[in-house]
Amino acid sequence: MSESPIVESPIVESPIVIRGLKNQFGSQVVHQDLDLDVRRGEILGVVGGSGTGKSVLMRAILGLRPPQGGQIEVFGQRIDRADGLEALRRRSGVLFQDGALFSSLTVAENVEVPLKAQFPSLSASLRHELALLKIRLVGLSAEAAPKLPSELSGGMRKRAGLARALALDPELLFLDEPTAGLDPIGAAAFDDLLLTLKESLGLTVFLITHDLDTLYAICDRIAVLGEKRILTIGPIDEVAAFDHDWVQHYFHGPRARAAQAARR
Amino acid sequence: MAERPTIEVVPGPAECLRLTGVWRVDQAGRLAGEIERTRRPVKALDGGDISALDAAGALLLLRLADRFDIAPEAISLSDQHRALFDAVARAQAADDHEPVVREARWRRVLAHVGGAVAETWAHAVQLLAFTGQTLATLVKVLPNPRLWRPTATVHHMEQTGLDALPLVALLSFLIGAVVAFLGATVLRDFGAELFVVDLVAYAFLREMGVLLTAILLAGRTASAFTAQIGTMKSREEIDAMRTIGLDPVALLVIPRLTALLIMLPLLAVFAMLAGLLGGMLVAVFSLGIPVELYISRVYESIELRHYLVGLVKAPLFALVIALVGCLEGFKVGGTAQSVGERTTSAVVQSITLVIVIDALAAVFFMEIGW
Repeated sequence: MSESPIVESPIVESPIVIRGLKNQFGSQVVHQDLDLDVRRGEILGVVGGSGTGKSVLMRAILGLRPPQGGQIEVFGQRIDRADGLEALRRRSGVLFQDGALFSSLTVAENVEVPLKAQFPSLSASLRHELALLKIRLVGLSAEAAPKLPSELSGGMRKRAGLARALALDPELLFLDEPTAGLDPIGAAAFDDLLLTLKESLGLTVFLITHDLDTLYAICDRIAVLGEKRILTIGPIDEVAAFDHDWVQHYFHGPRARAAQAARR
Repeated sequence: MAERPTIEVVPGPAECLRLTGVWRVDQAGRLAGEIERTRRPVKALDGGDISALDAAGALLLLRLADRFDIAPEAISLSDQHRALFDAVARAQAADDHEPVVREARWRRVLAHVGGAVAETWAHAVQLLAFTGQTLATLVKVLPNPRLWRPTATVHHMEQTGLDALPLVALLSFLIGAVVAFLGATVLRDFGAELFVVDLVAYAFLREMGVLLTAILLAGRTASAFTAQIGTMKSREEIDAMRTIGLDPVALLVIPRLTALLIMLPLLAVFAMLAGLLGGMLVAVFSLGIPVELYISRVYESIELRHYLVGLVKAPLFALVIALVGCLEGFKVGGTAQSVGERTTSAVVQSITLVIVIDALAAVFFMEIGW
């Protein structure tokens, strides 16, 4: 990377480009004129107080919730068009907060669902083998494959959900609070896993989190949501230095200091 | 257009396979076939010209390497694909534990049957234990007005009793009319139309009134109890109660049980009246029996014991419905699906038990000559 922060290098492609996004529930405006670029190959951590619309933003990018205004482009295509939406579905994976695994299917079947939907011609045995590979890639043993989601622990469910999100070898991965509800060791292991996967699979990751350890350990850039827009975005040190009440409290509270001390 | 993946033999003594094209999941079917067809043993794989590789491609590449006993590290790959391939190879190597082989079909069928029998037995034992626990709690709560929960009880009385009244009355009325029609068809041949009154009255006082009510409540109330308690169970509200030192049986089961014990007999009386009314309607309009005659005939031919035989079963049915409904609620696990499963199970069990008990009671009362 060159050392010229003023002009963005034109080679940096942005899988996600948001311009002038507006989200509104009734009379309550959640986002107004929100701009955001996610760069290829980065892990972007999205933080913000509760009610700042982190999940709403993710749902808007995923096309699950049509915004009241503005444009969202994923892979250079508008997602309110059928082509763009299809490309998004095909080339991205989502991990919802508690995995959102289909409760009536086993872990392996869960991972096979996207493969079946997108590549119906794939033979059943190869599909199953691929599912097992994804299950192993996220650090689960193949013994977990025939189990139902209800038989797994919270951490394992997250990993299984991640395996399903990775089923189609996505270029873009959306994660909604992946380490919430995990113990610190489990959370750290999950962070490591994400970093490994990102490096080996060349993923771009859009990561919503509250976990300061995650932010310090794996995120390339942080975007802070607040006042209906992106307050600031950049590497963590720049963001932490940003002059805003919430940001200062967030990054300089006692927990943040501990996370910073543990920074790898 | 995706570039077709190919596997070609490099001419010469090197004994090497050159791999090109797109090795991705959308080409996986074709690739798997190609790999199947590649049989000539080689000593090296050259993947440097693969233009795109994903996990599915890497998996197939591993499969190819495995066939010729070539170590994954020995495959030459371009740098951009190396990291992905290594990750896949690592994952596969770390855990080559094969998933459990499924048992033979006949063994599975046998195991399923055995499991079902064991489960039914366990259910029966559980229901018995729960009955005991509830009765013990009832004995503890009844003499102690401080533990009564009048608000909840009245609420459930309204929900299970008052709200069910229109339905119970309507259905009993209709069945009463149907029974009268049936009787009229048969008895007319003997010129004994008047006995239609006896038929309807016997049927409704002894059996139909209380049985219809119980079946309706088994469908309506047992399922509601299961869903209410089950939802609380799945949200850990029951555990929360226990940690606060509250007894879920005293708090949740006793009010429901008391409400049903009070309301089911009352509803049964209404059902009997509605059935008699339905029979009377048919008798009056279809058979020409005057209202006064119908009523006096009921007075003359029906003894009090028939009414009592019917009504004495009501508390028993109430007990069964409330206990099954509540117990199934407590059995709910963590998932929303299990609420549905247990609700179905509660309805099926309570209706079955109600009919079985009714049949046993019919035989019993017949034997003692009532």
